[in-house]
Amino acid sequence: MSGASKAAGIPGRGGVSLGARFVLLAVVALILMFVDHRQDHLQRVRALLSLAVYPIQVAVDLPFSTWDSLSAALADRSAIMSENEQLRSELRFARLTLQDYEALKRENERLRGLVSAVEDQSELDYRMAEIVAVDLENRQRLLINRGANDGVKIGQPLIDAEGIVGQVMAVYPFSSEALLITDTSHRIQVVNTRTGERTIAQGTGDSGTLRLLYVTNDDDIAVGDELETTGLGGVFPRGRLVARVTSVERQPGQSFASVLAAPVADLDRDQEVLLVWSRPPAGEGEAIPLELSP
Amino acid sequence: MSAHGGRRWFVPTASVGLALILAVVPLPEAVAAFRPDWVAVVLLYWCLIEPRRYGLLSAFWIGLALDTLTGTLLGQHSLALLVIVYLSQRFYLRIRTFPASQVVLIVIVLLALYEFILFWIDGVAGREVRLIERWGPVVTGGLLWLLVLVAIERGRREAEARM
Repeated sequence: MSGASKAAGIPGRGGVSLGARFVLLAVVALILMFVDHRQDHLQRVRALLSLAVYPIQVAVDLPFSTWDSLSAALADRSAIMSENEQLRSELRFARLTLQDYEALKRENERLRGLVSAVEDQSELDYRMAEIVAVDLENRQRLLINRGANDGVKIGQPLIDAEGIVGQVMAVYPFSSEALLITDTSHRIQVVNTRTGERTIAQGTGDSGTLRLLYVTNDDDIAVGDELETTGLGGVFPRGRLVARVTSVERQPGQSFASVLAAPVADLDRDQEVLLVWSRPPAGEGEAIPLELSP
Repeated sequence: MSAHGGRRWFVPTASVGLALILAVVPLPEAVAAFRPDWVAVVLLYWCLIEPRRYGLLSAFWIGLALDTLTGTLLGQHSLALLVIVYLSQRFYLRIRTFPASQVVLIVIVLLALYEFILFWIDGVAGREVRLIERWGPVVTGGLLWLLVLVAIERGRREAEARM
């Protein structure tokens, strides 16, 4: 910093006045903003800059991650024992469900073979990513500790144990920025599991609320209905829970009802999320690149 | 450069680094609205203390770092910092002669201008803007500057006593 900025702040040095230097730098800043807003050409610049500020992000996150590991290390024995017991029973239950699931999957494959249908669901790979404890300007975005080095791509979906969390918006070498489904600029197509009707869930900027678009007053929708992904558009895997309907307000005189839903994923309290990679079904060679649909 | 020169370089850099950390440290939503503009306050301080070393170029790079950290448009914080640093340097000689209370007022005006530029760019770029959240940082930033001035005054008095 010192070398470059030494010349700055000396009015009139080298014949360039303070005002001229201000105008020059301000124009550079304006051009940067314009290009950044209009196109994605600055991805590389952002990636470089993100490397420069990476130590700061690590420094911010350090106390939080240290606290997490410390509290895990210092948790008392009986608490760990009871948690272990609980996890054991959950695991047993999960194994049982998995067996059912495997049986269903085999049956499904057999039936698909009978009707010689094309397999439309590719295999999925998951990888854990930690959320870096950093406040971004927009609170419906978050930073995760996986980036281009781990093979993260733009548009890749993020899920947690409950449901859909969001998708990757920008990829840096060691980190990426993800957009939550509750961001106002995010829309996701969902299907009502009870009625099979499709609608679009848009973020409201509030981490507990999604708004359903284009639900007419006559549509069959009720509080408690579960909404899951359709898999159309190729970004999100099919059949994942997204949200539960929390309020339905039919407005006479308006063409659409006002329907709100709460995301099932724990957007506020998550510390880890899963990144999803879609693998082509066995037998096919090349991976099909994910389609981008912001 | 002597050991003294090394220190002169270290303290400003460390303080800017700390300000960048404080700018993104996670805070509960209710408190975050009153997070002071740490970076702007620290940068203004150094630009008024050592205007020959820290100025427009520092503002530009630090602004870019802040844009990258907070995920805003590249150049947004740069431009806002450039404007207030330019004004502080343009009227540097006059500001130096002012009593402490007026310097605080000027800093508050500059911080308000800084927040307004950020708010305005958000609006032009079609991003979500909430005006209410913009004024908390100005108030807390002004209070912060008050503390800084008290510290400077004390340091000056001690230095005079030593002479």
